[in-house]
Amino acid sequence: MTIDTPRASTSASAFDTDELILNMGPQHPSTHGVLRVVLRLDGERVISADCVIGYVHRGIEKLCENRDWTQIILLTDRMDYVAAASSNLGYCETVEKLMQVEVPRRARYIRTVLAELQRMASHCLWLGTHAMDIGAMTVLMYAFRERELILDLFEEYCGARLTYNSMRIGGLPLDIPSGWDKRVLAFCDLMEPKLDEYEDLLTNNRIWLGRTRDVGVISGEDAISLGLCGPPLRGSGVSRDVRKDEPNAAYDEFEFDVPLGMRGDTYDRYLIRMEEFKQSIRIIRQAIEGLPEGPVMGKVPRLLKPPAGETYHAVESPKGELGYFIVSDGRSTNPYRLRVRPPSFCNLQGLSRLVKGHLVADVVALIGTIDIVLGEVDR
Amino acid sequence: MLETFAIPLLQAVVVVNSVLVAVTFLVLMERKVIAWAQSRLGPMRVGPHGILQALADPIKLILKEDITPTRADRWVFTIAPIMSLVPALVVFSVVPFGFEFPYWISNINVGLLFIVAVTSIGVYGIILGGWASNSKYPLLSSLRASAQLISYEIAVTITLVSVVLTSGTLNLIGIVEAQRDFELPLLGTGVWFAFTQPVALVLVFIGGLAETNRMPFDLPEAETELTGGFHTEYSGMRFSMFFLAEYANIIVISAVIAIMFFGGWMPPFSNVAALDFLEVIPGWIWLISKVFFVLYMFIWLRATLPRYRYDQLMNIGWKVLIPIALANLVLTAIMKVLVA
Repeated sequence: MTIDTPRASTSASAFDTDELILNMGPQHPSTHGVLRVVLRLDGERVISADCVIGYVHRGIEKLCENRDWTQIILLTDRMDYVAAASSNLGYCETVEKLMQVEVPRRARYIRTVLAELQRMASHCLWLGTHAMDIGAMTVLMYAFRERELILDLFEEYCGARLTYNSMRIGGLPLDIPSGWDKRVLAFCDLMEPKLDEYEDLLTNNRIWLGRTRDVGVISGEDAISLGLCGPPLRGSGVSRDVRKDEPNAAYDEFEFDVPLGMRGDTYDRYLIRMEEFKQSIRIIRQAIEGLPEGPVMGKVPRLLKPPAGETYHAVESPKGELGYFIVSDGRSTNPYRLRVRPPSFCNLQGLSRLVKGHLVADVVALIGTIDIVLGEVDR
Repeated sequence: MLETFAIPLLQAVVVVNSVLVAVTFLVLMERKVIAWAQSRLGPMRVGPHGILQALADPIKLILKEDITPTRADRWVFTIAPIMSLVPALVVFSVVPFGFEFPYWISNINVGLLFIVAVTSIGVYGIILGGWASNSKYPLLSSLRASAQLISYEIAVTITLVSVVLTSGTLNLIGIVEAQRDFELPLLGTGVWFAFTQPVALVLVFIGGLAETNRMPFDLPEAETELTGGFHTEYSGMRFSMFFLAEYANIIVISAVIAIMFFGGWMPPFSNVAALDFLEVIPGWIWLISKVFFVLYMFIWLRATLPRYRYDQLMNIGWKVLIPIALANLVLTAIMKVLVA
């Protein structure tokens, strides 16, 4: 506040105002891990926000240069640890592309099922924490209740509940256990009414609408130039889904819709993810019903040595476009260079733009809406 | 001597201790109710179905280290939780539990005014506590609290005035008597103000949520935004004083709602002759069950609703609640004149 009247020097100077620098994180309940956001505040209004990252940097990309091709799969688990199967999928497909390995159709179907189950598990976590940040605590418990069932399915498939190591270059390490497909379908039947339960609590709730409608609006052009991907990009009406545009796994064989937003606000991004739940169920049903017979592992040599060259391949992880850029020198049994294009990292770049001019309470809502996992941001 | 000091002192000891015990069990009830709403079990370890959790929590809080931040304003930091807790307990001195003497400590003719006045002192505890911590989150929180609590107090007080107009007295016992004797066409006597003043009931309930920092108005605490708000820097006994004060305030506002709108210690529908057998149950049990009914509503809302944002909260306070409260007041006054 500046007052240019002569009286300012005497009485009004007592009301000198200053910006408040507020450190949100790295230990804060709503920064979804160890994200640190340095906020410059005018009262409660955000003037600018700078993200400070790197608190869980483990040098995964560098580690990959010293691991052989199969060992890297379990490092990809540790990036987006709430969607490990999607990270597995992206990496395995990239190496397969580099080596030009044919993956059996059954394996591609099961991979699709795993990736879509993973999408639902990840969206459950997003929904719960996003609602929790805005104050609706019950949704968190409901969403985790269903996420637990998905984790049970994963446990039954590969024995792990968080870091699955569930795929191999050329296919899958295991075929599905008997009856697993039935239980996946049963889960899909169970999940649909639960989605209505979540929506009952939030979708038409006036407080929820007030907290998300027109909060963090971003236009399609801005979203593209910021490099956003996944639901934040589609929320702004840009039709970009790797599953449709550059089909991987078995996505080209299934029918599904890519929901798009109109306004590009937090509410649109919420609706899109809720719709993606339903589309995932649709894909899983088609995949399980049309599951072909056959082997789950393609013909790959015991010692992997991809030819010299480089390749980029992306999959649609729950958070957006997850890409791997791999360089092989053709001589050694490990990559010369491996670079990940993590969707969380790219979406996080949009945060400082999204929060500008909003209130402190919106910052936590917006961190929730871009759905980041710090393990993937920092790697 | 006995009349003026000993008996009121004994009553005060009983009431204060009951309130403190009620608070611990209210916390347990809140955890249990919310757990059931979320398809969980809640506390189950300490005692059968976690009943003894209500004792374990206070013991834990008392035994914890009491930290004063180095840069805090020591004196204010220490006094703030006391300023918050004492008014919340003092208020119970005028809360009656029945028509006759041993059921109230003091029967002053401005009981309602006393409650409104003393509970607003509690705001200072929150503001000073947040300020004295010399920390940024508590500071933001105390700014929020001062704006929120003051603006909602206006709405609540204006609404209470319309009830006072209906009853014609500020005495809480008088308000219950008014509900007993107030004669309506068709319905006769014994009709609660919940039925004659429904708008006021809703307004006081919403205002009460905001004044006690409850969901969906828990912005001064806002765990996920301000990491606990004004009590971020508090620990141990001083934290538990804030905690006790908050829950004691919730009990106060529930008691006020029960007395003013739900006929206090009267059994329900006393105008219906068929329900006369309910008179067997003592009045104070009726009052306490009504208080817990309102408390249950408070908890239920917490399990259901998201949190408002600061600007939305102020909009609701000033642009919705206060105009409706004023309109209700004017309408009540007109009705009063017409009936007279």
